Amino acid sequence: MALSQNLLLTIALAPLVGALVAGLAGKTVGRRGAHTVTILGVLISFIGSVIVLKAVAVDGLRFNATIYEWLVIGGLKMEVGFLVDGLTAMMMCVVTFVSLMVHIYTIGYMEKDPGYQRFFSYISLFTFSMLMLVMSNNFLQLFFGWEAVGLVSYLLIGFWFKRPTAIFANMKAFLVNRVGDFGFILGIGLIVAYGGTLNYAEVFAKAPELAKLGFDNPFGGADWMLITVACICLFIGAMGKSAQFPLHVWLPDSMEGPTPISALIHAATMVTAGIFMVARMSPLFEFSDTALSFVMVIGAITALFMGFLGIIQNDIKRVVAYSTLSQLGYMTVALGVSAYSVAVFHLMTHAFFKALLFLAAGSVIMGMHHDQDIRNMGGLRKHMPLTWITALLGSLALIGTPLFAGFYSKDSIIEAVHASHLPGAAFALFAVTAGVFVTAFYSFRMYFLVFHGKERFHHKPFPGEDDHGGHDDHGHAHTPHESPWVVTAPLVLLAVPSVLIGFLTIQPMLYGDFFKDAIFVDAAKHPAMAELAEGFHGAAAMALHGLTTLPFWLAVAGVVVAWWFYLKQPAIPAAIDARLKPLRTLLENKYYFDWFNEHVLARGARLLGLGLWKGGDVGLIDGAIVNGSARAVGALAGVVRQVQTGHLYWYALVMVLGTFGLLTWRLWPYLSGLLR
Amino acid sequence: MTLGPITLGHFLSLGGLLFALSVVGIFLNRRNLIVLLMAIELMLLAVNLNFVAFSHYLGDMSGQVFVFFILTVAAAESAIGLAILVVLFRNRSSINVEELDELKG
Repeated sequence: MALSQNLLLTIALAPLVGALVAGLAGKTVGRRGAHTVTILGVLISFIGSVIVLKAVAVDGLRFNATIYEWLVIGGLKMEVGFLVDGLTAMMMCVVTFVSLMVHIYTIGYMEKDPGYQRFFSYISLFTFSMLMLVMSNNFLQLFFGWEAVGLVSYLLIGFWFKRPTAIFANMKAFLVNRVGDFGFILGIGLIVAYGGTLNYAEVFAKAPELAKLGFDNPFGGADWMLITVACICLFIGAMGKSAQFPLHVWLPDSMEGPTPISALIHAATMVTAGIFMVARMSPLFEFSDTALSFVMVIGAITALFMGFLGIIQNDIKRVVAYSTLSQLGYMTVALGVSAYSVAVFHLMTHAFFKALLFLAAGSVIMGMHHDQDIRNMGGLRKHMPLTWITALLGSLALIGTPLFAGFYSKDSIIEAVHASHLPGAAFALFAVTAGVFVTAFYSFRMYFLVFHGKERFHHKPFPGEDDHGGHDDHGHAHTPHESPWVVTAPLVLLAVPSVLIGFLTIQPMLYGDFFKDAIFVDAAKHPAMAELAEGFHGAAAMALHGLTTLPFWLAVAGVVVAWWFYLKQPAIPAAIDARLKPLRTLLENKYYFDWFNEHVLARGARLLGLGLWKGGDVGLIDGAIVNGSARAVGALAGVVRQVQTGHLYWYALVMVLGTFGLLTWRLWPYLSGLLR
Repeated sequence: MTLGPITLGHFLSLGGLLFALSVVGIFLNRRNLIVLLMAIELMLLAVNLNFVAFSHYLGDMSGQVFVFFILTVAAAESAIGLAILVVLFRNRSSINVEELDELKG
């Protein structure tokens, strides 16, 4: 089956139709109607995506065409078009599959929520936006999708809009993303200004030319390379969307939204849009070592330091959120070392196992009657067997156990960093290697605290934060129960690829030609991928070799330490806490980024705004210019009107004196001649 | 003291004198609007005198023709002025110039 335009349009538009029906006619179609129509839409998209993937991977078909010309300004065309190659097809399948799972899961999770139809409408709209983003063949449509997913993310974080914390969180996410998007649109602007086109293929064809251009350095010194500035601007967009340091602050707070969207948007798909975008722009990034180093260092900082924060969190969703941040850091590091395919590979495996972990966390939260504090859990293994086993598989995949999906992608990242020679690679290597231990430690700390050990939910030593406004008034001391099948079925379906997908796809994705025409690597300058390929002798051999490498033993050490600390000797972490009080305070305050943002940036901006309002608008514009000019005219008129006495003789006098004066003046030469 | 022939200078001096008189009349008169009108008439007459004198000494009749026009206009103007004065008096029961300051800004 060829890649027809109609098929692609169907894939993109089916979720939009679902979203519109559920959103606009939600009252009419009811709950059942809303979830049926949206799930049907996403199912159509998913089936279409699988057909596309098959056509791309097996039959080698490609699609790159404009569907609709929106407008033409001068020589600049703004179009809607699709580009389908390996990268797009893979993203489409991941997005639609995870989205489908989340749709089904939501039936169970949001069962009692009054905003049921609205929620389905939003997540279907999200699926549409994300598909537009990944299927785009030009920068304009990319930007449209980029902003649309940001909008839906905003709507969903603030889904429970009666909770002030949710409103604060969605505002925060929106504002932080504005910072990133500003960089993104500057990058697009630079490319359009110098490349003259929005179309990917045309821009990429001009990349070698663009790479030679430079422009004046505003701070003096050597010229800046255009391509470096453009790439860093684009990457700033990715930093906002993919929550990279220092624009990461919004992601942990986004956990205020319902758990299904944490899985879909804030773990599996939207936050990886930045990674996807940089991979898509690989023909540009390859020309700038500076930009690549920048990408790598930012990723390394995120990977390691956000992992540390995961260790001290007690909210089950926040642990997973920090783990997401850390894993996004790993992907970014891989981008930085030119191993784009590895980054995208990790993106895919991460989408599966992180969606799984989030949905499992959601299932636990349901079982715990919307208590999210892991200190109140423990021993859930017996009560929620399916959730337990799938969460275990997800955690094993996350920490990189050989043969699991996460192992292949994460090990490849570490190997690729090892093979890189860019400035900053040594630090990145340290960060990703140390990150393995940290990941294993916090993942299994959570796992042990939730599923093993004493059953603490009878006493509730800690007042839990409730996730679900108003729903937890029914008994706190209930024994947790397994979730209904609509919740557990997606867990099982996600567990399968979390375990298998790495083993099955590493060969074609990293070393085959699946991404051949989608991702461009300058092998002469950045030989990391080539070196990786030399050392690769099949997935099974890699897993065997993995048993002898440092990352594996670090992961094992992390698990063992977590087991020792939280199951065997719970006194140890408390003792460490007491010893390292300042460190703990630093971590609890998340390195004071929120404090800095709120007190310096937000307050500074407010003060600036207040100054401009009071001083600039009220004072200068209203006061001095508008009212000031009126007042000046009034004052002048007040003086001048003293002349208007109203007495006729006064007017006559002035008139005569004026005439006399004028005549004297005009006739003076003649008069003076007469007088002489 | 012998009186020489009457020259143009004499006529012009008389005209100037009359004009100055009427101007001063307008300024100094603070009481009566009728005096004001009369002063204006006087001013016109002073101008007429100049016209006639120049006409005579320059031998050009058009100056005297002009005087007839001015007399006609002056008559019409006095008629209108007096009519306004009557209406004004009916409205305000006064023709005191000091009190007529409605135009004051």
